[in-house]
Amino acid sequence: MTDLYTQLVNNPVGKLIASNVGLPRPVPLERHTPGAPVLTGRALLGGAPGGRLVPEIAKVLALAEVATSTSLRTDLREAAAAADLDAAVFNPEAPDDQRFKALVYDATGITSSTALAELHAFFHPTIRRVQPSGRVVVLGTPPEQADTPKEAAAQRALEGFVRSVGKELRGGATAHLVQVDRGAEGQLASTLRFTLSPKSAYVDAQVIRVSHGAKVPTKLDWEQPLAGRVALVTGASRGIGAAIAEVLARDGAHVVGLDVPALGDDLRDVMEELGGSALELDITAEDAPEQVVAYLEKEHAGVDVVVHNAGITRDKTLGRMDEDKWGLVLAINLTAEERIDDALLEAGTIRAGGRIVCVSSMNGIAGAAGQTNYATSKAGVIGMVEAMAPVVAERGLTINAVAPGFIETAMTAAMPIGPREAGRRMNSVSQGGLPVDVAETIAWFASPASTGLNGNVVRVCGQSLLGA
Amino acid sequence: MTASLRKAVVVGGNRIPFARSNSVYAQASNQDMLAAALEGLVARFGLEGERLGEVVAGAVLKHARDRDLTRETVLGSRLAPETPAYDVQQACGTGLEAAILVANKIALGQIDVGIAGGVDTTSDAPIALNDDLRRVLLEANRAKTNVGRAKALASIRPGQLVPDFPRNAEPRTGLSMGEHQALTGKRWGITRAAQDELTARSHRNLAAAYERGFMSDLMQPFLGLERDQNLRPDSSEEQLAKLRPVFGGEDGTMTAGNSTPLSDGASVVLLASEDWAREHDLPVLASLTYAETAAVDYVGGDEGLLMAPAYAMPRMLAKAGIGLEDFDLYEIHEAFASQVLSTLAAWEDPVFCREKLGLDAALGVVPREKLNVNGGSLGAGHPFAATGGRIVASLAKALHERGGGRGLISICAAGGQGVVAILESEG
Repeated sequence: MTDLYTQLVNNPVGKLIASNVGLPRPVPLERHTPGAPVLTGRALLGGAPGGRLVPEIAKVLALAEVATSTSLRTDLREAAAAADLDAAVFNPEAPDDQRFKALVYDATGITSSTALAELHAFFHPTIRRVQPSGRVVVLGTPPEQADTPKEAAAQRALEGFVRSVGKELRGGATAHLVQVDRGAEGQLASTLRFTLSPKSAYVDAQVIRVSHGAKVPTKLDWEQPLAGRVALVTGASRGIGAAIAEVLARDGAHVVGLDVPALGDDLRDVMEELGGSALELDITAEDAPEQVVAYLEKEHAGVDVVVHNAGITRDKTLGRMDEDKWGLVLAINLTAEERIDDALLEAGTIRAGGRIVCVSSMNGIAGAAGQTNYATSKAGVIGMVEAMAPVVAERGLTINAVAPGFIETAMTAAMPIGPREAGRRMNSVSQGGLPVDVAETIAWFASPASTGLNGNVVRVCGQSLLGA
Repeated sequence: MTASLRKAVVVGGNRIPFARSNSVYAQASNQDMLAAALEGLVARFGLEGERLGEVVAGAVLKHARDRDLTRETVLGSRLAPETPAYDVQQACGTGLEAAILVANKIALGQIDVGIAGGVDTTSDAPIALNDDLRRVLLEANRAKTNVGRAKALASIRPGQLVPDFPRNAEPRTGLSMGEHQALTGKRWGITRAAQDELTARSHRNLAAAYERGFMSDLMQPFLGLERDQNLRPDSSEEQLAKLRPVFGGEDGTMTAGNSTPLSDGASVVLLASEDWAREHDLPVLASLTYAETAAVDYVGGDEGLLMAPAYAMPRMLAKAGIGLEDFDLYEIHEAFASQVLSTLAAWEDPVFCREKLGLDAALGVVPREKLNVNGGSLGAGHPFAATGGRIVASLAKALHERGGGRGLISICAAGGQGVVAILESEG
């Protein structure tokens, strides 16, 4: 499903015109299909000498069966051998036709500004070898955990590097910075798999924090990571919510879809198809939290994944916005989430290893004219996630948020052409995302392997210019 | 039948200088050159009239008429005509494999003494009839009447008169050996500079060996040639760096300098039991103790054409119970500098050694100062089947000369094969 402009510039005539006139040339992004490999091409693994992550990265790549190459450097080769990773040899002098689907680089060994030269040494001869829909994944240390101010500066510098790489990459390729806490090296698998795979198609130039968490399950069926788990998805009757329900069900979860009774027919249709259950409820009702708890306890003896997706817009400039428009948006988009979480936590309904995932918005970060109510609520969601992260961590749970940018839905299709085209093109991949892109990101947070992700806000925006 | 193993020792060797293709040996046949090398050996060790256990030799490029090349050569020599002989052929592994065969029979007590060797000419190469023409001629030959014969012969078309020249290409891939090695070298990240350095050292080491007289009892002049024609004593990395790549396209790193040229030449080695050598008052230079031949799937598999020695080596070392570092001298046949460097890189790579060789760690490092100390094929040239004999004789001598020690031989061959062997000397 690509928009008309993307189709046009990908036919021969359109391609010629677009390249000559200098128009953006979006390419259809690769997306995940069930059973497909994590990476559809070869990865090049590199690292600054003295880094701490290469052995763990090599293990993840080996288990994920990612075809990998490294240069003939002893530390890299020994790490690969120890991980049972059958890595081929890459010679930077190789002809340009040696291409890679992903460049994975451990930058934790960069502890000073002068050592940033390592970045150039690795990426200069390789960046033009990245294939369409390829990935650049840089792994670093959170600057506040650096041993010296110089190391902190160098690690912070990675952010500017990755964001620029994201903007330079063509053909739907994306870049990521993954900051790994000291001691959280064993938590990499779910994040590395996600960032490498087409599941992260519309996630670009994000800083992802991997921290200590509960023990990662040693055995996991990566095709069905949520098998045997129950997931509550609010606003599941259509659009992004329906896509979330679909992806979580694909990953093996039993989905409890929640929506207002007015959308009951749609909700039941979606849930029937997924083999889930429908819970018709107005989440702003006084007793809604109690009803949610009671339902989940009665039907499923608890819940494992809670996705707060339900949200509305009631756009007006502030001077013209009446109290109802303000109040309803805040009540649904923020207060209801707080009340449901409080009730679930108080009742202990969320089982150990549980996941709470909230849907914020790019506009909650960047702000938008006519959306003071909406942006306030969505920025509040970010505040809630950050504040609740340490609280839920004590119970062995995690809470994270996704912040979608321009996603192709019935809602955005109804926008006037000017703002719509601007929203679509003003990002590094020159196109809007799909509901499935948001859903895949939520499924990544929801995975039992994502114990090291807590308090993250990850944008699904193709590196939009807004709020970046 | 019981067979107690005994030592098979290298008594000595002889070869003719190697010539570049279509040069001084252009008119010499395989039999001429093998006969010359054999006659020199007979003279050097006083074998006139001796009935030996056997003579085993071979050639890679061979005329149909040379069906029993080695036996014919023996009959033309001063060895007793009662000496049996047979041909073997295993591409560039021919010479070493022949030595292994003779050594094995000696070790088993089946024979007491034998000669192993090899010869090749790329100048006097066999040219075959065009296959279509061959079929027509066979058809005519089968015809029972003149009309039938005339009819068959009348069907000959001009295109069928073009003969089949032997090609330096693998039948199953259509790629030349150099093109194959270019792929392997690229995979191992082998640089042009490293190849040129190895090449220059090969020339320098061989030149030094000539200078100090090391070659004097390993070689005899032939057709006016006294040294290997390919040798450039003043070869340098700077000169080699100027050459254009010949394999691997424009970005290639393999040149006519760091690849062995097509060559003509022959070599033979005298092997015997210790008792036979003592009874004949002949020297014992070293014994051939272990050998292993491996083959790799370079067609459907993912391995390089010339990487088989990398696989043969750990298998042999495991049987010998020693490590790659436990040698005093190393002889790795320099088909291409890139082949030597790829093999060394593979043995040093923990990933290759674990994934492909099934080892726990890297096999090890070959100290470069112990590698091909008296020159290699890049300097000497490489008449395919003659290289094994050159290496066995010169390594045995070098080990004996230094007062004993252990030497390692590794030879890659077409068809994805590789032969390795160990020589041990008590001095």
